[in-house]
Order: sequence, then structure tokens, then C-alpha cells
Amino acid sequence: MENSIHLHYEVDGDDFTRAGEASSDVKHKLKKLNVPSDAIRRIAIAMYEGEINMVAHADGGVIDVDIYADKLTMVLNDVGPGISDVSLAIQEGYSTASQEVRSLGFGAGMGLPNMKKSSDEMTIETEVGVGTKITMTVNY
Amino acid sequence: MKTSTQFYHSVYLEPKLCEGCINCIKRCPTRALRVRNGMSRVIPQYCIDCGECVRHCPYNAKKTRRKGFEMLDGFKYKVALPPPELYSQFNNITDTNLILTALKKIGFDDVFEVSAAAELVSEETRNYIKNNKDKWPVISTNCPSVTRLIRVRFPALVEHLLPVLSPQDVAADIARQKAMKETGLPAEDIGIFFLSPCASKIANVVDPLGLEESQIDGALAIKDIYPKLLTAMKSLEEDDIEELAISGRIGVGWGISGGESSGLFTFDYLAADGIENVINVLEDLEDEKISGNLKFIELAACSGGCVGGTLNVENPYIATSKNHYIHKDLPISVACKEDYEKDYNLDLTWKTPIEYIPVYQLSENISDSMAKMLEREALLEELPKLDCGSCGAPTCKTFAEDVVKGIARREDCIYLMRDEYKELIKRSQLVNKKKAEDKEKQREMERGDLQDGR
Repeated sequence: MENSIHLHYEVDGDDFTRAGEASSDVKHKLKKLNVPSDAIRRIAIAMYEGEINMVAHADGGVIDVDIYADKLTMVLNDVGPGISDVSLAIQEGYSTASQEVRSLGFGAGMGLPNMKKSSDEMTIETEVGVGTKITMTVNY
Repeated sequence: MKTSTQFYHSVYLEPKLCEGCINCIKRCPTRALRVRNGMSRVIPQYCIDCGECVRHCPYNAKKTRRKGFEMLDGFKYKVALPPPELYSQFNNITDTNLILTALKKIGFDDVFEVSAAAELVSEETRNYIKNNKDKWPVISTNCPSVTRLIRVRFPALVEHLLPVLSPQDVAADIARQKAMKETGLPAEDIGIFFLSPCASKIANVVDPLGLEESQIDGALAIKDIYPKLLTAMKSLEEDDIEELAISGRIGVGWGISGGESSGLFTFDYLAADGIENVINVLEDLEDEKISGNLKFIELAACSGGCVGGTLNVENPYIATSKNHYIHKDLPISVACKEDYEKDYNLDLTWKTPIEYIPVYQLSENISDSMAKMLEREALLEELPKLDCGSCGAPTCKTFAEDVVKGIARREDCIYLMRDEYKELIKRSQLVNKKKAEDKEKQREMERGDLQDGR
């Protein structure tokens, strides 16, 4: 049996100040597990960006994390508006953020690019009006 | 390489005074304290000597290990290193020479202001920031507790630490060279004594940062010398006051939060004080949540900065206001490297590198740690999550981890105990009920036998 730790998080879409709690929890757990610090950093950044996106665009969502001895996978699921043009969204600097979100220092168009850069594998399944599912893997 | 267990700790417990309450375990920012057998215990590899337990123990049982004036015996020439925090412990000080001269009346042959060395460190820091863009934001290493915290808990930030000696170590180095020059005495006859505002800087004398061995021979607590110094200050006549102050606004400003940053001539800095605030900043920094072009981050474990150290006398915020009052008329900066290099051998950079020390891992490798993590999470599910502290651990989560690591037992949780006790009672009641029923049956049968036999 492969040893893994499954974690499930519900991301609250109403509270911007709480975005980041899930990634913070994962980070603290990984630090206790001897996971290399560079991998922890990449995971924390990728997940935090994902959380922020869920709150900014999709009114929250759920994140499922699986920690293995050599990798971590996270699946971010939301029932938000979906991404109409993924290739555009993944470009650095492209942003659809509202003024409210930008005033909080977010929405610089670095979310998805950072997630891609921080993870070893990333797949985006999205449908306009239905939702988005992003799967990321970080190897260590 | 030094490992965590070799960290020297200046904070200790006076067992006679400990009541075994949970104040210290609740306040400890690194969860280094537990109550065992009615007494506070430290897990040494987690302790960063921040002094929060000293500050909050209602019974005064947590203390700072230190020596007194007897340390001065045996040295032919004694030099005091007063830090800028010292100046704001007194009222109505406009001329720091009064304090510095008084130090020469209470047993020291000379004084050397730590604030002068601080100005040299500021200069070195400005150069380091300019030449090491890849290390931005550079993190201050003036507070030894913060540096220890980063070394055990924030591995990704270790490379951002400013590799420059602390003002106290720089001051000690110059003071010894100066004394040797002026007296012709050999190094070992000269005693260099730092007047410390906190536990952590006392520990730093024994276990310095970036150096194999500190040039400081001993540290005296500011609050221990305070009464003696105050008396000496009161007895000084105006004519007695010597010109001993050799630093400006930048140096004296190091005593308060934001002071170190103001010596860097940039607005791209962040200064945070108070250990919980410091931890929050470090967490965000590690997650790259702090955006912008920050060049420098100044962090002090104590609220208010070094004026907040537990070995001071004055309230940190009153001391901050006094620090402003004292430094307002001083020149911006007095000490500069070029001048000092003419007379002394100056080397302000770290000689020994600082490395990350993993102490929080559940086990030696990932798979074992994962197994322990699963165990911890399972146990945590059973716990009441009240964080009551009755088990001796600060939170249910810490307790679960302690159990998994084998340093606590399940039954130390009074709620788990209570449930098990209830279960036990229920079972024994069932047994008793069954016994009673059996007895009743027996009696009925006996009665039946009797009737039949009639």
C-alpha cells in the first residue's frame, strides 16, 4: 500500500483575508515531513495563487491535496465562470481582476503563470459557465 | 557545524518558584515549553531565548542566566559596552556623556558605545545591499532570537540573512584593540563587558553569530547595573562629565524598532517588532506574499525593538519616546569605516556561515514522518481541541504530536481520560447489573424450588 496523506480544504469565497489559510496549513505540515525546503516553497506559492484565484474569480472552491513520499499533487476545483481562453490566461500580466481585487494588491496577472512555473506538471480543465479544475504536481 | 542542541540558552527555570501553571507554555512562540510533573520544562532545540516566558511568568520562575560585577575581578583594564537602549532608561537625558562618565565611576576604566559600532554596521549593510541585489530583501541579524528562529523554522530565508557581525561584537573587537593600544596591556588583561537589554544578547556572547568566539568577556544586565549607575549619575558634577559619546542619530536610533532601517537611507524597508508579528512577516515573506521591491527587513523579537528587552527597566514605549528625545540633537552619523580603519583592524563580515537546522521534523525521513503525521491527525480527531493546556502541551495539536513522538501519553489528556473513565463506569455498571439480575434469577429459582418442594 502506498503511503499518502490526503488533505481536503474548503476555500471560503467571501473572505479575502482568509485566502492562504489552506496553503499555509499545507506548508506547516510539509515542514514537519522532511520535504526539501525548495519544494515546500514552490508548493506554497502554487497553492496560494490557486486559492487567491478561487476567491477572486469563483466564489471559493475545494482543494484536495495528496502528499506522497516523492511528490505532492493538488486538485483545485471550483464552480466559477470558467476560463474562456486558457492560453491567454496563462500569459504573464494578463488579468481580468476587478478594481476591488486589484486594490488589495492582487490581480497582477501572475497567478496562473506562477502556478505553472512553481509546479512540475499542471493541467487545466475548464468550461465557461461550469467551472475549473486545476491539477498540479510538484516532485521532490 | 554547530547543531541546534548546542545552542546556548540563557533562559532557565528556577524550579522552587514554578507552580506548574500554563502561562509560559501558552506564550512560547516556538512551542518549546511543556508542563511535566507540575513543572515547566523546555525542549531546548526549539527555544530561541526570546524571553517571552520570562516576561509572562507570574511567579518569576523563568529567569535569565547572568553574572554580576564579580566578573570584572581579575581584569587589569575593564571596558563597558553600553548599547543605545541604556540611554533611554533614565529621565531627562539630553547628554549621553552623563551616563557614559558615570559608567567610569562604577568600576569601568573606559566605555565604548555600541551605537558607534552600529553606525559602522549600517555602513557595511548599505554596501552589502547595494552589491547583493539577489539577496533582497536582506534580513537584519541584529536580534539573535529572530536569527535563531529563521535558522530553525524558515529554511528558505536563511540566505537572506545579513552576514554582518552584530554591533555588540564589532564594538567589542574595536574596544579591545583600543584598550591594548592605549594601555600596552596584553589582550587577556583587558575585560570587555556588554550591558545587555535581553536574554538573547547574553546568549549571543556565549554562542555568537558569524564568529567562533566573541570578544566580549561577559554581559551584565541593564537592570542589574541600573541602581548603581543612577546613584553615580546623581553624584556627578557638571565639570566631571567627560566627552565619551562617539555616535550620532543613526547609531543611537538602533535601540528602537525602525532605527536600524533608518540608517540605510532607503524607504524600501519593513520593520516589525514583537515575536508574533515577526513570525507573521516571516511566514508571508517565505510564501512570497510580500510584494514590491523591499531591500531590507528589520525584525526584533521584543515589542518596540531592543528597548523592549526584558532586562531593561523602563517601559518600552516610554523608552522609545526618550530615545527620540535623546537623539534629536545629534549629528546624523559620527562613526565611519574609513576613520576606524586608520587605527584598527576592521572586519565586519561573518567568519562562520549560518545554516538551516531542521528541528521540527516528525522523524528522520519522509515516509516515517508521513506515518507519524497520519497518526497525529487521527489522534487530533479524538481530542477536544480546547487547547486547555491541562496535559502540559500548549495546544491539542502539539499534544498529539508529542504523543506520536513518544514524549507524552494519551492518558495525559483529561478529556480522553474522562471518556475512558465513563466507559469504564458504564462497563462496570453493566457487569453489576448483570450480576444483580443473575442473583435475582437465582433467588427466583430457589423460591420456585421451595414452592415445588412444598
